[in-house]
Amino acid sequence: MIYEISYTALIFFFIFVGLVVGLSFYFGRKTSSSSSYFAAGGQIHWGVNGIAFAGDYLSAASFLGICGMIAVSGFDGFLYAIGFLAGWIVALFLIAEPFKRLGKYTFTDALNSKFNSRAITLSASISTLIVSIFYLIPQMVGAGDLVMPLLGMPHWAGVLLVGAIVIIIVASAGMASTTYVQFLKGGLLIILSLVLTFFILKNGFTLNPDFKGSSGHYTFMELCPEIENEKIIAVANWEVISQQAVGNKTFVQLSQDGVARWFDLAASQNGPVLKETLTVTQRADGSILYNGEPKESRRFYQVGHMSKIIVNGEEVQETGALSPFQFLSTLQQSEIVRFLQVKFPDGNDEVSLYYQQPTAGASFMLPGLKYKIGRDATLWSKLDFISLMLALFLGTAALPHILIRYYTVKTPRDARKSTILAIAAIGGFYILTLFMGLGSAVNGVLDVESSNMSAPLLARAFGAVLFSIISAVAFATVLGTVAGLIVASSGAIAHDFIDVYLKKNLSDLKKVQVGKIAAFAVGIFAILLGMAFKGINVSFLVGWAFAIAASANLPAILFLLFWKKTSEKGIAASIIVGILSSLLIILTSPTMWDRYGLGASNAWHQLENPALISFPLAVLTVYFVSLWYPKRNKVARIENEIVS
Amino acid sequence: MHVNNTSTEKESLTKRKSVLGIRLFFIYLICYAGFVAIGVFQYELLAIQVLGGLNLALAYGIGLIIFAVILGVVYNYYCTKYEDEADAEPSNEIEGGGVA
Repeated sequence: MIYEISYTALIFFFIFVGLVVGLSFYFGRKTSSSSSYFAAGGQIHWGVNGIAFAGDYLSAASFLGICGMIAVSGFDGFLYAIGFLAGWIVALFLIAEPFKRLGKYTFTDALNSKFNSRAITLSASISTLIVSIFYLIPQMVGAGDLVMPLLGMPHWAGVLLVGAIVIIIVASAGMASTTYVQFLKGGLLIILSLVLTFFILKNGFTLNPDFKGSSGHYTFMELCPEIENEKIIAVANWEVISQQAVGNKTFVQLSQDGVARWFDLAASQNGPVLKETLTVTQRADGSILYNGEPKESRRFYQVGHMSKIIVNGEEVQETGALSPFQFLSTLQQSEIVRFLQVKFPDGNDEVSLYYQQPTAGASFMLPGLKYKIGRDATLWSKLDFISLMLALFLGTAALPHILIRYYTVKTPRDARKSTILAIAAIGGFYILTLFMGLGSAVNGVLDVESSNMSAPLLARAFGAVLFSIISAVAFATVLGTVAGLIVASSGAIAHDFIDVYLKKNLSDLKKVQVGKIAAFAVGIFAILLGMAFKGINVSFLVGWAFAIAASANLPAILFLLFWKKTSEKGIAASIIVGILSSLLIILTSPTMWDRYGLGASNAWHQLENPALISFPLAVLTVYFVSLWYPKRNKVARIENEIVS
Repeated sequence: MHVNNTSTEKESLTKRKSVLGIRLFFIYLICYAGFVAIGVFQYELLAIQVLGGLNLALAYGIGLIIFAVILGVVYNYYCTKYEDEADAEPSNEIEGGGVA
């Protein structure tokens, strides 16, 4: 996509970032002990903590990723919202209060509360690091996507900018500033999503979403070709250059005024028609053409519109304002145009082409466009769907940056109340994502190169100020989540690994210093990964973090809380098996095979989400290893003494 | 719950809340698994219009989100009630760290 700098957005952006950094320095002056650095001294009010929970959780994956995936794949994006929220049920009913009673600062402290085992310390700190890093990747990818339209910067510069600001925030203050930043951002995000949804419903549907010319909606060309023996031989006012068959599609390259463009040969009521496509051509000399022209010509358009609007069985041009129910049911009966991608070589050039695919609203509002579980389903695709839903359900309660938030409040009762407030806030927000995602799909605002910008770009169609505020808050969203993740990671390194595992017995001051150095190192690593994973939907990437957390951490937590015979060796082995098995499945998945350049269809297996295999493996491991290697006598004796 | 309780909560209260949490968890789990099972085994059902012109997929999905919030509120109501009852009772239990 080609973006111009918005100066209004720029002003809001700097005000917001200034506010966030200022807040962290203010709290930084109050941070002197390791307790206040890693757990805000356990003094946060449950109401603030609840909204901060929501702020932590409504990361780039929720705001950018879910809206984007709903805009591109319809109901399949909403599956993430359903699963992400369901995960809180595990957190609330099984984990929140008991976990609060266990530890001091970190997930490792809690797991190790009665064993004092070095194996648990090592495995749990590794797990915290790996899960946090997998959660950091999508945040950084989202940050890069956000900065492109906001500041007109390339993706890598956005990633670098977020990384630098977050390192400053975390190194200056730790958990207290992170909590207040998340509180501010969580609250603003929910209010702004309400405003955006209000605009979507007020505008309703239209076949020509140009918003009085403000969004620059482009109407794609359709040409009538002359065909002989399945070959395009002529098109009025255009010169035919070449024709390519890709899968079951045929694409034709035509030239006019010295500019070559690709068209999709499609059927229509009046016979064959050539529909204009969008292309990004990587040429052999390294230059890139957008729709056959250099970037500066601005011929690469935002997309996503309706081709038919049906109200009470009648086709209409526009609907006017709609209620939430009317909005959803009208979309179900209508037809929208999605843009699907194919890649193919053209001589020495590589062409990435996006063609129009009219899709019935009824299909768009059912699962199946991304996760094939109905028509065209295979065993792999069904297993993948189950695996995703399992990971989302079980992952939330095992995310280290969510778990550490239980330590920022005073009592288990406060931990419970803040969790419930978080569920209500997050649940309300996820219902809004449905409207924001669908609104993006039909209002001509989508960037075909990255679905992540759907919601902010939709806001831009409704006005520069709304776009500016939403982009600034979305950026703060990334900042806050990344900061929380880096605090969790630095806690794992400084407190768990160096202080406890290596038995360095650091002073309080030294522990905070080491934590800050660790935060810096993790931040640099996250920046590099954020650049490497550009272009992948952030919700999809977060799905992996959930799967690793569910496999590595949850079996250990649940067995510790609910099975007396759980041993230290069982816990450590389960964490390691959970990490290794989920990582192995992810690194050999079709998406990664595509990233390696080996082709997704050649991957070892077709499972994108590992939890279906890795979670049961970790459960079996903690069970059998605990039976084979029971608790050390000392631990068992202490427990028996307490019982008697 | 068999872990050491480091807070000053009575063990019987902890156990009561834990049992409630587990029951509510399984109620939600069944509803969630039902959604996944319909998707995998009876996909066509998801297209049926059920509520205000919405298909089952949308109604079930939005319903799961709202149901989670309702269960959370119910859980908090009962936990608070148990805690208030425990606070009102004369303490016969040793506080701070029993084993369930």
